[in-house]
Amino acid sequence: MSRSTTRFDTKKVNSELVTLTYGALVAQIIKDLENTDDVSKQLERLGYNMGIRLIEDFLAKTGTGRCLDLKDTADKIQTAFRMYLGVQPNVANWSAAGDEFSFVLDSNPLTDLVELPEDLKGLKYCNIICGVIRGALEMVQLDVQSWIVQDQLKRGSKH
Amino acid sequence: MTVYNIYIFDKAGTLLYYEEWNRLKQSGMTRGRGGKTNSFVSKISPTDTKEGFLCYKTSKYTLHFLETPSGLKFVINTDVHSQGVRELLQQIYNQVYVEYVVKNPLCNLSQPIQSELFKSNLDSYIKQSPIFLSKAL
Repeated sequence: MSRSTTRFDTKKVNSELVTLTYGALVAQIIKDLENTDDVSKQLERLGYNMGIRLIEDFLAKTGTGRCLDLKDTADKIQTAFRMYLGVQPNVANWSAAGDEFSFVLDSNPLTDLVELPEDLKGLKYCNIICGVIRGALEMVQLDVQSWIVQDQLKRGSKH
Repeated sequence: MTVYNIYIFDKAGTLLYYEEWNRLKQSGMTRGRGGKTNSFVSKISPTDTKEGFLCYKTSKYTLHFLETPSGLKFVINTDVHSQGVRELLQQIYNQVYVEYVVKNPLCNLSQPIQSELFKSNLDSYIKQSPIFLSKAL
């Protein structure tokens, strides 16, 4: 792990482009589907399909091996956040049994220019991230559930 | 030194890709055995096999096996003198498989690989590696 963190392929993409592209995508899905719950679900599925492929890229770039425990997993997801979103989340809220935890994103490039209108308050705007995590971990034989605890767009920022 | 052939299996053991360069005399002997190679080699291995890389040697060829944490299996057969095949396999995964299959949305990850782009890139990658030399030896 330590060896690999230094030699990432750092192709940079303008974060505003990402924000706007993602915003346009979500807006289109909202147009296509009327129910906000369906939109959230669709975003999660989209993320899941991305995660399935993204994990191979992550494994190839970091050369990382199997996780020893969930702490290790949390650590690696943290690295992945840094690689793909350029943000460093904090790991917090470990459950007593050690089988549940939260990532706290101080800044989230996906929501930079975003404001949710009143009628879409139920929308899980960043549900795609949950999907990515679920898809990626499923490929390395880890079945997880991932959901948004708190959302910056509705005040608070926990995943 | 030479490379005989390569097999790629997915985590269910389906053959995703097969290609051969120099035909081994008893070619076909390893075909279809990839899924079992793992347990076979880890059983006969005197050392720890946790690293996901295994190889065994016969008098005719050496079989190298790499398994990624996501369960993909890469098997390559070379002659007995080849060195550094582990790095070659890792690079095939990093620079050819991930680039041309995983990042190609048209490639279904659990179906045999049809992509010509992957095929030609893998071919040139193998051919330019120091392990690959023509049969002249």
